[in-house]
Parts: sequence; structure tokens; C-alpha cells
Amino acid sequence: MLYIKCPYCGLRAQKEFSYGGDATVKRPNINEEVSSEDWDNFVYMRKSPRGKHIELWQHIAGCRQWIKVQRDTATHEIFQTAKVTEEIR
Amino acid sequence: MSQPFRLNKEGLINRNKKISFTFNGKKLFGYEGDTIASALIANGIHLVGRSFKYHRPRGFFGAGVEEPNAKLQVEFNGHSEPNVNATEMELVEGLSATSQNCWPSVNFDVGAINNFLKMFFPAGFYYKTFMWPKSFWYKIYEPFIRKAAGLGVASIEKDKERYEHKFEYCDLLVTGSGPSGLASAYAAAKNGAKVILAEDKPRFGGTLLTDDVSIDNLSGKDWAEKIITELKSMPNVTVKNRSQVFGYYDHNMLVMFERVSDHLEKKSKFTPRQRLWYIRAKETILSTGSIERPIVFGNNDTPGIFLSAAAKEYMKVYGVLVGKKPLIFTNNDSAYETALEFKKNNVEPIILDTREEHSSELIDEAKSKGIDIRFSHGVIVANGYKKVKSAKIGKLNKDKNSFEKIETVDCDCICVSGFWTPSVHLASQSGNKLKYEEKIDAFIPDKKKQHETSVGAANGSFTLEESLKHGFENGSNLSAKITETKTEISIPNVNEKKYGAHDKFWCMPLPKNENPKRFVDFQNDVSVSDIEIALREGYRSIEHVKRYTTLGMATDQGRTSNLNGLQLVSNIENKIVPEVGHTTFRPPFTPITIGTIVGREVGMEYMPTRKTPMHEWHEKNNAVFVDAGAWKRPRYYKLGSETLFEASKREAKNVRENVGICDVTTLGKIDIKGPDAAEFLNRVYTNAWMKLPVGKARYGLMLREDGIVMDDGTTTRISENHYHMTTTTAQAANVLSHLEYYLQIVWPELNVNVVSTTEQWAGAAIAGPKSRDMLSKLYPDLDVSNEALPFMSYKEAEFFGVPSRIFRISFSGELAYEINVKSDHGMFMWEKMMEVGKDFGNQPYGTEALSTLRIEMGHVAGPELDGRTIPSDVSLNGLVSKKKDFIGKNSLGREAFNVESRQKIVGLIPIDRKSSIPEGSHIVQDQNAKLPNPKLGHVSSSCWSVENNNPFSLAIMKDGKNMIGKKFFAVSPLKNKSIEVEVISSHYVDPEGKRVRS
Ligand SMILES: [Zn+2]
Repeated sequence: MLYIKCPYCGLRAQKEFSYGGDATVKRPNINEEVSSEDWDNFVYMRKSPRGKHIELWQHIAGCRQWIKVQRDTATHEIFQTAKVTEEIR
Repeated sequence: MSQPFRLNKEGLINRNKKISFTFNGKKLFGYEGDTIASALIANGIHLVGRSFKYHRPRGFFGAGVEEPNAKLQVEFNGHSEPNVNATEMELVEGLSATSQNCWPSVNFDVGAINNFLKMFFPAGFYYKTFMWPKSFWYKIYEPFIRKAAGLGVASIEKDKERYEHKFEYCDLLVTGSGPSGLASAYAAAKNGAKVILAEDKPRFGGTLLTDDVSIDNLSGKDWAEKIITELKSMPNVTVKNRSQVFGYYDHNMLVMFERVSDHLEKKSKFTPRQRLWYIRAKETILSTGSIERPIVFGNNDTPGIFLSAAAKEYMKVYGVLVGKKPLIFTNNDSAYETALEFKKNNVEPIILDTREEHSSELIDEAKSKGIDIRFSHGVIVANGYKKVKSAKIGKLNKDKNSFEKIETVDCDCICVSGFWTPSVHLASQSGNKLKYEEKIDAFIPDKKKQHETSVGAANGSFTLEESLKHGFENGSNLSAKITETKTEISIPNVNEKKYGAHDKFWCMPLPKNENPKRFVDFQNDVSVSDIEIALREGYRSIEHVKRYTTLGMATDQGRTSNLNGLQLVSNIENKIVPEVGHTTFRPPFTPITIGTIVGREVGMEYMPTRKTPMHEWHEKNNAVFVDAGAWKRPRYYKLGSETLFEASKREAKNVRENVGICDVTTLGKIDIKGPDAAEFLNRVYTNAWMKLPVGKARYGLMLREDGIVMDDGTTTRISENHYHMTTTTAQAANVLSHLEYYLQIVWPELNVNVVSTTEQWAGAAIAGPKSRDMLSKLYPDLDVSNEALPFMSYKEAEFFGVPSRIFRISFSGELAYEINVKSDHGMFMWEKMMEVGKDFGNQPYGTEALSTLRIEMGHVAGPELDGRTIPSDVSLNGLVSKKKDFIGKNSLGREAFNVESRQKIVGLIPIDRKSSIPEGSHIVQDQNAKLPNPKLGHVSSSCWSVENNNPFSLAIMKDGKNMIGKKFFAVSPLKNKSIEVEVISSHYVDPEGKRVRS
């Protein structure tokens, strides 16, 4: 079971979180024209890297904040966690 | 009754307390502190089971977790458990143990014929034999294998025992209480660290209990006791025996299996049987010790053959002799300690040492005691079927591949030692790549992967002095980093015997023309020749050899067999062992009960039960409940001997004719506040929200970004910047996360807050033509006319003195209202409604009637919003704004979503107007068509229309709208039904929606 550091609550067990996918995907702006290709990329296309991956988790049984987690998908090592408003290099 | 193999004084058992038990129906006794194994051996019983494949007689081989053979079916405390390790299970009064995998009895086993047919059971037997013909599999092969294979019998009774889970955090977890573990725990405890020390056996001390050593002038056992006593007195230390740390998971999470009360005769009702500990440790000391490995020889599985350290443990811990005429067969010095122990108890052993004559402290001592030592000797084959009677022994030539002399000696047990294998399973599970240590012919942990530090024998250090030193140093250094305190501890003086070098020898050759089975893996019956066959057939990777031969795949995970298997492969392949590599270690290290994994999450505790504030009233009024997620909802209220069908029909009819009330507390409720709330709703819902006035409600539809309908519900504007959103019961949690996602990540510039208020409000729907009359009695001071309180409007008013919210919304398609009060007032509201409603023919209705009402109105719900439908599929495209952007809008333009023949919602009625159409039925053109019959759609919801008094269903059907008026078949192979149906509009009752506005 992973041990995830919520930027608001501290280290908590994985049980308290739910996974939210790739955190680097950016939704096209609302009320702006978007090409079919860009839209399809946003909705469907995801990379599945082996190694470092920046992803979203929600602290669902805690503060309910969505957070960013940089995790190695092969080893589960977590390098960094951050608020969604912060950048992970 | 005397115990012929019990020593008079030796041992740590409590001779003042006799315990009676039975084995295969025979009444026996042992002492408190015995295991089933030690008590049976004391009684001279060695034949305890039959082997897995060949049904060969098997006895005990080890004295603990390494035991491959002695798995028994054990009954105690009123339950029966298979595959119990007899060398670990402690004796309790009244326990009854029986042998497994034998029929009709362990002494005469029909399956043993496999032993004589062994030419048919080579490696890969199962793969080769049962492949063809395919049709034979279910009727012949599978039942045969199921009967012949498997060991014990799982109980089919409900497990009445209590199991628990515990979550714990510590600075240092120490796994094993041998010398290095004790030293580590002690040093860390002295530094003020929070320490957990786990020992899988009942007694602390590990090898200190059996080795002839002294520490600071105390015997090993006394020193261990002193340290444990001091550790137990420290508030920062938790000391646990009967506790096996069996798994090392990610982020330094370790899982421990504690046998809390299996050894107790009596226990209180709430004492758990076993407990699972999830331990998050900052640092972990792996002091798991080592396991002796055997030397392979002919018929080496005969009962009476033991690991030499096990034989010593039986003497020193249990006061039991494994035999009175022992042969000690060794390639190293440690077995000499076993020989000396026999000698001390007036038993004359013969030592067969594969090494050439030489001298060491232990050899000299054995010689001086007059023990018969034969160098360059080994056991070729054990004689005796159900028990060792003699052994053919041989003097090895210089190359150790043939014999200079062969003779037969009488013996009643053979104690074998092929040197020691560090227990590296936890280190390996943590991700540690192991490295091969030439000096000890075994793998030891390499560079740290997580926070695991292996010490003592688990790290390949086999001297006490080294183990203690590493233990103290590592315990101190690791904890000092955490507590920032360092207490100096002087390392004690140690007195131990010096061992000479071991012989790198692991398998006895066979004389010409002799071919007895030489087992490498006892539990899975894998012999030297099986591995040779696998290699001959081209299997090279050790992982493949393992799967093909099943080497090391039994419940003992090859603890005594892995390295010998590797040696064999490396010899044949002419590779060195590290090139062959090792197979993967996986948790659990020892089998653990399913009950422990499940813990308290059984029955009612499987998941939380959510009850509405009116639950008790429903219970008292014969409600039959249905699970809606974690909620309990009344499905119908049973009157007399009514069936579900009769009751729901009555309830629904009453709503259409009079008035009914329904508990709608379970609907998800979300409070939305903030100056940008309207803008947010406008983006979340497909329809327009910017102009909704205060005091009005609106039905809204929510999509996912891929255009699929996510949820629907009404949202009401309570005040300028305050909205009350409702969701379906099932989607409440998802919708909240969805809203939070957009507010926190996508549009953080919107000033809006959302919070769940589902639990804060109790809700009741009042529906039916008489609901307005009833409402006016509930709110005598309020104008409830259609003009003052029109459809989709909202008012706040006092409900008999308590604050309430009135929503004029309808799910049933009837004139209806929904009243919300604070949860605490829910029961009050409900009882008042029942009281006032009497005059109007009010009856409560459950979810079944609710479904009937919504289905015949053509209102979609979960079965139609199934994660595959877009708004136009379910006739909700009127709610999709063309003017504004919203979540999922861009996806609605996708080509496949806009083809004319796309699935659409329709209504179905049976041609005979009688036959109910099962939900899930497929719609086909021709019921007799050849399979696979093309599917045109499926039935999503079915009811008995109370309005038209015949069955009616909703269906999602290809090109649905153009099918209206046509006839098809709804077929349900599951229910064995095929019903001719006609396609009609999905709005079966009141298609103009007049009633809700009346
Ligand atoms: Zn948090």
C-alpha cells in the first residue's frame, strides 16, 4: 500500500485516496473553439510511461483536495507531491 | 501411558500440565508447550501423511516453519482446518488431528499405487497427459485430478471465529527474536525509538534456545530472557510472539500475522482468533535467521529423516528424541552439536561426514566424547517404507562421484545437514536484488531497496559474535537517525564454538544400477530425475523449470529445496549458481488464513450500512428493504401475505389515484455556494442555468467529457448565490468528486464551494392527485395553490414548528412535492405525514412502486443511463443547449453519435398484454434464427403498468424511433423466455406531462 504525502494533511495511507489519472493533461478552455484532434487527444489519448509519471489523486477520505503526485509506475517510488496549483518539475 | 521418546528433564515444556488430544482417532497426550509434532514424536509416531503426487509415506522433517510434509487436518475450538503445519501448531486440550491426502487411512493408502506407477508421473505430467481429447476435460480429467490432488478439506461451515486488523506505525520493526534481532531491538529501544519486535514462534530467542553458547556468562536462553523482560518493561517497545511478518510491501509497509488465541483452551467472546497487522515502519531490521538445507540422497523422504537442527530443537525445547539410533549425515560442523546433544542424553549417534578427516573444535569434542565419526561418508539410500530401519552408507572416493566401500547400518532416524540458507524472503519482497555469496553457497541481500537492513544469519553471518555486533550496531545507528539520541551500549562477551569450513556437497551419487527416488522438493514430490527431465526437454530458465516441475511451488515455498534445485540445474547446465539465478519470492511467506485477510469485514460489517432517519418506521411497518449502494431503502411495504408484485402494484396504483409518500433521503444532495455558482452550473449541466430565478428549480443533465450521460437531477436556487443540487443515489459520491475536480483543477478562477449535504437533510416525496390537498393540511398557513406554488418552484416554511424546504418537483410524473427537513426531524415529519395523510388515502410506497411510476412515464434512470448512452439516445436532447459550452459538448459532434440508426429509447408492450418482459432480454427479429442471433437492442427497465394494467418495458434499440409499430421478440435465455413484443413510444402514460403541472 502506497504512503502518499498530502500537501494539506501529511503522510496518509493509499486507502484514503482515489486515483485521477495523468495530471499533465490540460482541458481545452471553455467557450473556445477546439479542433477535433485536440479534443480527442484531451478525451482519449494518454501516455502510459514506464517510470516517472505526474498524476492526480484525490484525498477522498481526508481533506478532499485533488493533488499532484510524481510516481514511478514501475517501482511505485513517489518523488514528490504538490498542490494542483503548484508545478512539479 | 508413557511416552517412549520423551526425555526425563530436558526441554522448555510445562510438565505439570498434561494435554490430551487425538491423532487419527487415537487418544494421546502431550504437555503444555508441545507442538502437535513434538507430542506425536514423543509418542513414537512418525508416519503422519502421504505425499502429494506419489502418496509416499511422509513424516516430520523440520521443527517449525520450514516443515514441508507434516500438514494435518486439525479440529479444535469447534472448527476444522486443513493444511495445519504440525510443527507450528501448539497443542490444546481436546484437539483432534488427522492425516490428509490418504484414503482409506495413512497406513494403507490406495493412492500409493501412484508410487509404483511413477513412470507415468514424470515432470510436466499434468501438462502432458490431460491435454486431449478436449471433451474429456470436464467429465473425466478434472474430477479425477480434483479427487487425487489437494491436501486437506476446507470446511463448509460458517467460520464463527473473530479476526481483526490492526494498523500500526513504528520507528523500527524487528522481524525475528534471535540474537541479532534482540540486539537490534534493544539498542533501538535504548535510543528511545518506537520498536516492534516480532517472533513467529511462541518462545523468544531463536537459536539462543538451542545453541550451546554463553553471553556475559549467561546461557543463551537466559540472556534472551533477560533482554526480552527488559524490552517488555519499556513503554516504547511492543513485543509480539506467535507473530509472523509475512509480507514486505511498497513504501515500507509490512504485514504481520498474529496467532492470538489458537493456543488457548479458553478465551473470552471477543478475543480474536488471529490478527493481521499492517505496520508502516520507518526502518526494518530483518533478523529472520536461516534455514538448514538437506543433502539429497535416495529415499530421503522416508519418515524418520530430519533436519539435524530440528532434531536438536526437539531435544532442547521439547525434551523429545526423534530416535534412539541416530545417523547424523552432514557436510559441516553444526550437526556435531546435534550429535553431542544426543550423546548428552545417553543416545549413541554415528556421524557420517562428507568431508575428509580433519579437525575442528567441535570435531575434537565429539571425538573426545567417543562418538563414532566416519569421514568421507554419506547416506546412499534409506531403507524402510513407513519408517527408517537402516541405511545403506558409502565411503566416497576422492572426487565424491563413486564409492570405495558400501555397507548397511541399522538406524531409526537420520539427521541431515547440508549447511544453512539465509531467510531472505522479506528482503527480496522489498525489491532487494539478492547476491550470491560463494562462501556459504547461498543468496544474501544486496544493496538496500527500501528501508530494510538484514542482520545475523539472514545476512549470512553465522557466528553469534558477529550477529550480536551487527544487531547492536544497526539497531543503534538506524534508530539514532530517527530519535537523534544515541545511548552507548557495550557489546557483551560471547563464548561460542568455532566452526570449521563446510563441504560444498549437496547430493549423494548413486551406485550403478540403483535408482531410488531422490527428492529435492518434498511437498510437491519433485525429484532429481524430474529436474533432469525438464532440462532434457529444453527448459532453461529457472522460472520455467520451477513451473514445469512445480519445484518450490508448494506452500513451503521451497524453503528447504530451492538451493538444492538451483545446484542441480547449475551442475547439469554447467553454469555457476548466480548465473542460473533464483526464482521470485512472493508474500505470504507462510500460509495465512482467509479469515485473517478478511478480518472484521464480514456479514453486516462487510460495508457500512446507511439508514435514513425514518428507517425504524419502515421496519415497524413491514418494509422489505433493498440495497441501494450502502443505503437500505424500502422496496415495498408488505400487507398481509402480499407478494412483491402485488404490493408494488397496490402502492403505485394508490399514487396514481390518491396520494403516496416515499422516503427520498438517499438522493445525493450537494450545497453549492458562491458568486460564480450560476456560471459553474452552466458549465456542468447541458442546459441553460444563467437565468434561473431565486425560488425556482430546474432539471439538469450532466455529461462526462466523452459525451456520455453521467447523471441527472434537479437543482434549486435557494438564494442569490446558493444552490441545492440533487443527484441520483448511486452517483452522489462521483458527482461530488467530479465537481471538485473542475473547481480545483480546471476552473480554479470560479469562486464556488461545494459540499455534500446528503446526510443533513431527510426527504419525503408526496405524490398523487391528492397531494396538494394533503400539502395544504401539512402547511395550513401557506398558499399551496398552483399559482402560488407552481411546478418547479421552491418555498421555505415551518412544518409543525420545524423549518422545512418544499420543492415542487416530481419523479413519478404525478402532481408531487418533496419536503426536506433536518435529519433529526425526519421521523417527526414522516409520522406527521402518515397521520395527516389518512384522510386522503395516503400510503407509503417503496422503490419498486417508484420504478413502476417512472418507467410507465418513460423517465430514464440508472438502467438507461448505463455509461453508454448520450442525451439523444434517451430522448433528452431537448436539454442540450446549442448556444453555450459545457462539459462534454465537443464530444456530442462525433460521427458515430449522430448516425440515424443509432440506438434510441423506445417502449415495449407484449402482444398478449400479459407476459412480463424480463429486464436484460435481447431484442431480435427472429426468435428461431441461427446463433449468433443479431441483437437489435436490449430491455433496460420493466414494470407492470398500473395505468394500463399490462406489462410495459423500456428498451434501448437500434434505430429505435423508426421501429415504432413493428413487432419483435424479446428473448431471455437466462429465464428461458421469448416474448413477442410491439415497439411503442417510451412515454406510455401522460406523454404531454400535464399531470405534474396540474
Ligand atoms: Zn489531505
